[in-house]
Amino acid sequence: MAEVTEALEKQKKQREPLFSKKNRKLLSDPFNDDNPITVQVLGICSALAITVKLYPAIVMAISVMVVLAAGNVIISLMRNLIPNRIRIIVQLVVVASLVILVDQVLKAYVYDVSKELSVFVGLIITNCIIMGRFEAFALGNGPWKSFLDGIGNAAGYGIILIIVAFFRELLGSGQLLGMQIIPESWYLDNGGFYSDNGFFLLPPMALIAVGIIIWIQRSRNRELIEEN
Amino acid sequence: MQDIINIFVKAIFVENMIFAFFLGMCSYLAVSKKVSTGVGLGAAVIFVLGITVPINYLLENYVLKEGALSWLGPQFAEVDLSFLSFIMFIAVIASLVQLVEMIVEKFAPALYGALGIFLPLIAVNCSILGGSLFMQERNYNNIAEASAFGIGSGIGWFLAIVAIAAIREKIRYSNVPAPLRGLGITFIVTGLMGIAFMAFMGIKL
Repeated sequence: MAEVTEALEKQKKQREPLFSKKNRKLLSDPFNDDNPITVQVLGICSALAITVKLYPAIVMAISVMVVLAAGNVIISLMRNLIPNRIRIIVQLVVVASLVILVDQVLKAYVYDVSKELSVFVGLIITNCIIMGRFEAFALGNGPWKSFLDGIGNAAGYGIILIIVAFFRELLGSGQLLGMQIIPESWYLDNGGFYSDNGFFLLPPMALIAVGIIIWIQRSRNRELIEEN
Repeated sequence: MQDIINIFVKAIFVENMIFAFFLGMCSYLAVSKKVSTGVGLGAAVIFVLGITVPINYLLENYVLKEGALSWLGPQFAEVDLSFLSFIMFIAVIASLVQLVEMIVEKFAPALYGALGIFLPLIAVNCSILGGSLFMQERNYNNIAEASAFGIGSGIGWFLAIVAIAAIREKIRYSNVPAPLRGLGITFIVTGLMGIAFMAFMGIKL
């Protein structure tokens, strides 16, 4: 009997605490060294299209976080049951069901934003970030770690979305979250010196903004520089 | 007939999948290092978009839409299954890609060798699902218009990936600032190409 309790205690000691150093790294890495957008090149499609205004970008970031964290946990719980050959279809079904839930919730509570995001909510299904994390992480790790990985990666994705949207809304329409930030009296119409740079509202500026973010990040973190 | 040509040209130039909506960016960035691979993936995208959009059009109009099931009998006239559209579309796309892969492997081994690794990648390419979702949102009148839209947006995607691949092959010989090399400069070049493509926006079709 004593042996059994000893073995149990040993097992307990070997278990990691919930927020061990390794687990914290899962959360923090995606912000810099392993950012899904600027380093792993995942999930770019939606990141660019919905960053004209800050509010839809935040809603999108939260939706992706919900889908990615829940999907990672589900896939990681099923990882020993899924036959290898049909895993892509299983993954797509899991994501598609989660996205339907998110879409219905958005339609019910924030209808305007849901209209503004239009097809891009549905496109969370094929957002490479989701399939990429399923394949690379959830299929080989336990549920708690996969959950942290999902939250971390979705946050790394969200932070880029929010940075790009912040600058595009501020410089493009002088507003943040729909509130006027640049004083009205500065505008040329009112006898001032300032006018909005309408160019920031057009799609190509999103690409250039992400390009600049990559430039800044890589000049600070030289290990990430690629060969030509 | 004129409507169909309008939709076709609009899908290629004015509403280009890459430059206007950024759909399929992930594979666009990952597979555009060489022109030959770019051509392979682009051809596969035209192929799959040209098949899935019309099939999903039929699915949408005869099964999913509100009242679409009325051909079964009057008691089905009020059934609305549109909330199922995401899962149905993605299932159609994933299974069609699998089917196309098997058919091509059996009957055209040379083409299979060329497209080989790209076909399975396409199931998770945003531009394919995006094509079907735009088709749903825009309510095309008949299946010919939907097919024209599917093939047109595939050709637009093909043009974009071949152009960026050609530019990247040349950029290799230029002295790009070190932190911008690879991904960064590709983003900025795509942005500049997008600005050039905005010239087509003025065309009213």
